[in-house]
Amino acid sequence: MTNEGTLHVSIDHDVCIGAGQCALTAPRVFTQDDEGYGTVLPGRRDGGGDPLVREAARACPVGAVAVRGVPGGDAG
Amino acid sequence: MTHSTAHEAAPLDASQDVRVRFPQDRTCPYHPPAGYAPLREQRPLARVTLYDGRPVWLVTGHATARALLADPRLSADRTRPDFPMLNARIATVRRRRRFPLLGVDDPEHRTQRRMLLAHFTLKRATALRPRIQETVDRLLDRMAAAGSPVDLVSAYALPLPSTVICALLGVPYADHEFFEEQSRRLLRGPAAADVEDARDRLDAYLGALIDRKREEPGEGILDELVAERLESGEIDREDLVSLSVLLLIAGHETTANMLSLGTFTLLRNPARLAELRADPGLVPAAVEELLRFLSIVDGLTRVATEDVEAAGETIRAGEGVVFSNAVVNRDADAFPGGDSLDWHRSARGHLAFGFGIHQCLGQNLARAELEIALRSLLERFPGLRLAAPLEEIPHKPGDTIQGMVELPVAW
Repeated sequence: MTNEGTLHVSIDHDVCIGAGQCALTAPRVFTQDDEGYGTVLPGRRDGGGDPLVREAARACPVGAVAVRGVPGGDAG
Repeated sequence: MTHSTAHEAAPLDASQDVRVRFPQDRTCPYHPPAGYAPLREQRPLARVTLYDGRPVWLVTGHATARALLADPRLSADRTRPDFPMLNARIATVRRRRRFPLLGVDDPEHRTQRRMLLAHFTLKRATALRPRIQETVDRLLDRMAAAGSPVDLVSAYALPLPSTVICALLGVPYADHEFFEEQSRRLLRGPAAADVEDARDRLDAYLGALIDRKREEPGEGILDELVAERLESGEIDREDLVSLSVLLLIAGHETTANMLSLGTFTLLRNPARLAELRADPGLVPAAVEELLRFLSIVDGLTRVATEDVEAAGETIRAGEGVVFSNAVVNRDADAFPGGDSLDWHRSARGHLAFGFGIHQCLGQNLARAELEIALRSLLERFPGLRLAAPLEEIPHKPGDTIQGMVELPVAW
């Protein structure tokens, strides 16, 4: 994907309820830890070029997933 | 019937309000009640009247529902005196009892949910698939051996999730007739006394089971909660019993209804059924679309704890807010052509599992069960069909979880 390397993906663990929607929607970027909370897979903080990352953020029922464009990138 | 002055002072009592009743019975079991037609014209917020004459806000728009379900100013605390109740039966029980998880707000809710989370992850649900498949195969073998016609509810739709949740929780499946019957009374009465009595019996049953697990620990979720959370004082016995009742009922009633109503819907929509049979790879998408289309839990309830602006209206503190998932999940802005079943649409954004902090804990397990159960049922019985005239196949009334009471099928 053209936007590879232009995103910063994070999960607010104080907000996450472990619904698993991020891991369900974009399993190449998100998983759930042993306690059940959502977490970004190692090496995927840049979104790994996965077009489903933004959909995963929208699927989160508590808005815990943040997807930000890195300044200078083309993903905004 | 009169209400508190807080309600009378609110704009909800304006005389020009359209007073549509909520909830109503569905005419066709897979479509919203015909009587909701005016509500579907009033997106995203409508006004309706509850069984007791109380006016409440009804959320009918998808974007507004997402925003309000995630809004901490709307409380899920069912012990609040101003909490809206959808029928007299639940009103009598819920005002009197603590209602963990679903009926508490953060931070208490977060503490309770955290105790359960690890058991309901996507990974756990995936790991359970082989066991679900075994149960499905065994039930289908039994159905085939019994020969058609059978009642799909009692032969398949109910025993599958019952077996799965029992194994998961550590509840003996041998007692299923008891708790399925009490669960039915708890959800559908018919009288308030039935609900109270059913709840007393379930409390006593699960209380005794929990006490037994303190002496002889097993391997279920309840055993772990007893060993790790009850002994440490993180949860008290009363709350653990209530939580167990909730998990047991939520774990089998919802999935059972999705299976019975989902199958009925497929049999009544032969083109969609044929498409699914031709390409079983569509089953996960079909499950998601059926969750959206059927919205079997219709009427999530909240009360505003302060004034909330939504869609140009002010929801005043103390006013009730009800979410009609059946209407929300057919909002044309979110799901164009939403009154039709379409396996190729993006249905994932539906709110059938709720939204916000209370979104269904068991949704990953539910998806796994529904996918395996529907795929295997269609594979095993290529000639599956309804075995009674439509008007003789009863579905559930509007004030409870939607689904089929019985589903006679032949093959």
